[in-house]
Parts: sequence; C-alpha cells; structure tokens
Amino acid sequence: MELDFQTSVDYFWALLPEIVLSLWAMGVLLADVFQKGSRSEASRPAIAWLALAGIAAAAVANVWLMTVTGTGGMIAVDGFRIFANFILLLAAALAILVSMGYLDRHAMNRGEFYVLLMFAVVGMMILASAQDLILLFVGLELMSVAIYVLVGFNRRDPRSGEAALKYFLLGAFASAFLLYGIALVFGATGTTDLALLAETIGTGVQDAPLLLMMGVGLLAVGFAFKVAAMPFHVWTPDAYDGAPTPITALMATGVKAAAFAALLRVFAVSFGGLHETWVVAFWWLAALTMIGANLVALTQGSVKRMLAYSSIAHAGYVLVAVVAANAVGAAAFLFYLLVYTLMTAGAFGIVIANARGDRERVSLEDYAGLGWQQPVMAAAFAIFLLSLAGFPLTGGFIGKLYILRAALAADQVPLAVILVMASLISYFYYLRVVIVMYMRPAPAADTHAGLTASRPLQVAVGVAAIGVILLFFAPAMVLDAAQGSVAGLFIAQEALFGLSRGP
Amino acid sequence: MLTYYLGLSAILFSIGVAGVIVRRNAIIMFMCIELMLNAVNLSFIALSPYAGIEGQVFVFFVIAVAAAEAAVGLAIIIALFRHVESVDVRNFSLLRW
Amino acid sequence: MIESYLPILILLAISVVNAVVILGLTYLVSPYRPTSVKSAPYESGMPGLGGTRDRFSVKFYVVAILFIVFDVETVFLVPWAVAMRDLGWEGFAAAMIFIFILTVGLIYEWKKGALEWD
Repeated sequence: MELDFQTSVDYFWALLPEIVLSLWAMGVLLADVFQKGSRSEASRPAIAWLALAGIAAAAVANVWLMTVTGTGGMIAVDGFRIFANFILLLAAALAILVSMGYLDRHAMNRGEFYVLLMFAVVGMMILASAQDLILLFVGLELMSVAIYVLVGFNRRDPRSGEAALKYFLLGAFASAFLLYGIALVFGATGTTDLALLAETIGTGVQDAPLLLMMGVGLLAVGFAFKVAAMPFHVWTPDAYDGAPTPITALMATGVKAAAFAALLRVFAVSFGGLHETWVVAFWWLAALTMIGANLVALTQGSVKRMLAYSSIAHAGYVLVAVVAANAVGAAAFLFYLLVYTLMTAGAFGIVIANARGDRERVSLEDYAGLGWQQPVMAAAFAIFLLSLAGFPLTGGFIGKLYILRAALAADQVPLAVILVMASLISYFYYLRVVIVMYMRPAPAADTHAGLTASRPLQVAVGVAAIGVILLFFAPAMVLDAAQGSVAGLFIAQEALFGLSRGP
Repeated sequence: MLTYYLGLSAILFSIGVAGVIVRRNAIIMFMCIELMLNAVNLSFIALSPYAGIEGQVFVFFVIAVAAAEAAVGLAIIIALFRHVESVDVRNFSLLRW
Repeated sequence: MIESYLPILILLAISVVNAVVILGLTYLVSPYRPTSVKSAPYESGMPGLGGTRDRFSVKFYVVAILFIVFDVETVFLVPWAVAMRDLGWEGFAAAMIFIFILTVGLIYEWKKGALEWD
C-alpha cells in the first residue's frame, strides 16, 4: 500500500498499530470498570491477559505496516519506525508479564495499571515515529503523563509517591525545555516538519542562526533529561528506585528506547546539516555519562539502584551510536536497544522475583547464596548481568561491538576508547553481584526457600534470557533487519548534501 | 517588535526556571513549570505571523497537555501529602536525591 | 511602537503613588484603638465560622480536576465549531473521534463514582 497523506484516511492506515492499541486500552478500561463497578476491589487476572492480547494485536498491525510505504505525513512510515515499534511492544509485553504476580503481592491489582501502561506505549510509539515536532511533543507527553501516574501507582507506599513527584517535577521541567527548543527551531526555520527541517537546515543558509542554535541547544537539554544522560540524570535513580519494579523495567526499556528513537530522528536526520555543531555536545554527554554513571554504580549497595545507574551508563553507550550518526550507527543503535531491552527487563524481573511478601530484597546481601538455593533464577540473573557488562556469549557483547564499529567508522576513536574503559569499570559492579550469588554463603539454609516467581514472570525472564543468548549466536538476522530498516533514514539526507559519513 | 515578544518570553521562561531551582514548595515549583510552558506559548504566538500557522496550532496542544499535566501532577502531590503532611520537597527524603 | 505604552506606564506610576500616599496618610493620621470586635475578620456582617486554613474534602479536588479536563476540551471544540463548514466532513469525523475518546473517559468516571458526592 502506498500512502501519500493527501487525505485523512491515509492517517488511519499509517496509525493502525497506535489506533488498535488505543481502542483496545479504552475497551480494557471500560471492561474493568463495568466488571467491578465503583468498588475498588482487585481486578480479575483476565484484565492483564486482555492487555497482553492488545499488545499482540498492535504487533500484528505493526507486521501489516511492513507492507505499507508512505512519505510526506506527520508520521513516518518506514523500517525504522517498525523496528522501534517492535522493541517498544516487546518492552510492554515483558512489563505486563512481570507485573502480574507483582501487583497481587503488593495489593494494587487495578485494571487502570494495564490501561495506563498501554496508553504509555501508544505515546512511546508516536514519539518514536513522529515526523512532525507537534506530534513528537504530544507523543512525549502522552507517554510521560501515563508514566508519572504509574510511578506513583502504589499509593500505600510513600516511596512510590515521592518517586512520582520527583519524576513529575523534573520530567515536566525537561518537557518545558524541549518545548522552548521546538519553538525557537520553528521560529528560525518556519516549519515543524522533520523532513522540511532537514532540507531547510541542509541548505546551510539561515535567516536566524542564533535562534536556531539556541533551539537546537534547548532540544538537546530536553532530550538529555528524557534519556537520563549525565549531568541531567538526577531524577533517574530516585524515580527508578521508588517506582513499582515492573514500571522501573518499563521506564528503563520502553521510555528510554522511545526517547532515543526520537532523539536519533531529530538530531541525526533532521539536524544532520548541523552535525558538526551538536556532535560536540553529545560527545561530552556520552563520555560523561559512560564514565560518571559507571563510577557511581560502583558505590551502590542496592541492586535496584545499581541497575538504575547501569541503565544511565547504557544511555551513554547508545549516545555513542548517536554521535556516529551514520547508517552503521543507526543499525547498531537499534540492535543495542533490542538487546538492552531484553537484558534490562530480565534483570528487573529477577529483582521482582527475589522478594518475600510485599518486601523486595534489593540489598547485595540479600543475594548471598542465591546461586545454590535458586539455581535457575541465579543463572538467569547471571546471564543478564554478564550481558549488561558486555561479556562474550551474550548479546550485550555483540551490541557493544557494533557500537564500537560505528564509532570507529565515524572516526570517533577517543569515544570508542572511553566506551571500552567504562565497560571495564562496569565489570566490577556487575560481577560483584554474580560473585555474591555464588561465592558467599547464605545466612541460613532456607534463606531463599519458597521464592516463588509467578508463571508469567518465569516466561518473561525465560524469553529475555533466551533472546540475550540468541543475539550472540545469531545476531546476523537481527542486524540485517536493523540495517534494512534504517536504510531509508539517511537517503534523503545524503542526496541533499552528497555526504555519507562512514561506509 | 518580534524581539520584544521573544525577549519577554525568554524573561518569563527564565523566571520559571529560577523558580523551579530556588523554591522548595512542590506546588510553587509546579506553578513555575506552568509559567515556563506559557512563556513558550507566547513565543509560539509571536513567531506565528512570520513562521507559519503551526505556531498557533501548537499552542492549543500545549494548553491541553498542560491541563493533563496539572491534573496528574496535583493528584501526585495530594497522594504524597497524605503520607508526609507537607508539600516541601526537603521533607521528601526517603529516596536520596 | 514601544512609545504607545507610555500612557500605561504613567497610569501605573499614578496608581502606585496614589496607593502609597493614601495608605501612608491613614497610617500616620488615624487613631489606632482596636477591640476584639473591630479586629475580627469581616465576613459580610456574619459571625466568623472558624479559621481560613481549614481542611476541606478531597472531593472538591476531584470535581476541580474533572472540570479542568472538560474545560480544556472546549479549546479544541470551539475553533472547530467556528470553522466547521470550511472543514467539512473530514473535520466533523475528527471532532467526533475526539468526543468519542472524551466520552469513554466520562463513562469511566461515572462508573467509578467520581461524579457522585457521597
């Protein structure tokens, strides 16, 4: 199918995955509220499975979208969008699976949880594929507002509320910067369309270069907040620590992936003509994030907080691919986001499983001896941690390798060296958990007895673990798909400037 | 003329930023964020005659988003107030900053 | 262009001077002999019903939030209504989708009991 966006009907087809998911979420909302009326009792488990079916339906619509091509609309219809959508839907499905037992344990099993989660995913999908700054802003806010509520969803726990408030205040603060940046870019170029922006900026003649520079700078600050790059990361550890753990997993995977996809679209593609200017800022952001986050992660006593800093550090690795800003970088970027989603969601799944009643056991000591008393759980955790560290035999290794290759192709040798150094630092704190699990004896023979992970959580962790391993042994298939899907992204730009950075 | 509007918008935005950084009352911090959003709206309106109608369209979306943000943000503040009996962010110290 | 704002500046200056002079003269000239009745807050002649910082029910807040959401709906619907004939059926369909989504929210609120006071 060929869409030219001359009529509104084209938008219906182009937005089919988002429309399916929105309608489904509304249906789930009404089904939940009609099933139990105004009494705030727990929702039936069917609601969670219904939500999961909605994610699957959106994935089917996304598969159908592969047969569609279109240009000129406010929403991109290209391979990059489809690949990003699959990552986001995967993150959502994993988050729903790990939520099921968790919500019951914490007595907050409400249908609204899944509905908000689905609306947040709609926002992510729009954010990742917006081809117009207006739509980008609306998608960003749809995602953010839903996540603010989800972070504070555990109303009995003041930590959850505190995390929500901190995330909300700093998230809204960052949105305002982003919006101001959009306003100034709009003023300087006279358009909010990303494709037109690329053309206008690509010509190199600007009426208002100062306005444009300020706008690009403010956009960079706004995005740096959203992807939690140092020094704009202050909200991240607290928000991740206080949020319900399935939402922490979703924030670390889906929210971050969506914000990164939008970042790549806006900076690498639309502001491609200003590459020399913004690359300096992102170079420092990437370097600072990689070194700083890994150093702070070393000092963390809580595994959940350590994973929060680890997710900041990984934002730094992905930023290296953004700095490379070539087709190799974009493919490595997508590949890394996929691996990262699997291993991070899996690691947080283990954090959820290692709990007794409604008390999560997140300190390092709580993992002592886990390797002998819960061998399967510990083995899965070890796989995720080694993958996060970038050890061979895991997908994280291949992901880092591709990012290194992209950085070298773009002549970013110092940044590649920093990446390797930062990974070496990260070995300490990832391996420390593995060593504690296997080398340190448990305080008692039954310390870890009776840790029962719910069946859906086992499925989620199993899928993630297999995925992480598969991406090491058969990365070619995924990488080919990633390369194919970014092929269209830089074509217009290269035709425009006759430049092709990297091979 | 445009310079004056953009200047006013920049000043209002800066006041909002300063407020968020200096004040420690969650509600006032939130009001300062709203001030920042409205400062941006002023920029959009002022730029619109020169840059295109999208500026005015954008303002509508910003208003709607700000309303949704206000509803959620105030709900979060109320939910937290029930635990802590305060809206001063210095009292929210269960999680280290 | 900026000169045309001069009258406003003059007006501002006059009001500030006026207010300062009146308040200052009152402070200097008038006698100050308070009684408990005189210094009580003025509530239109009614006796006061307690402090101003009383807690009030969170239900007011729920109503206020619902009001904001449906209030902002008009931001989109009024411009659409004004330009409805120009926008044609396409605009009509878009507005109906918008209203449909709001209706889903309204049904949810209703069933949830947010519209009832008790």
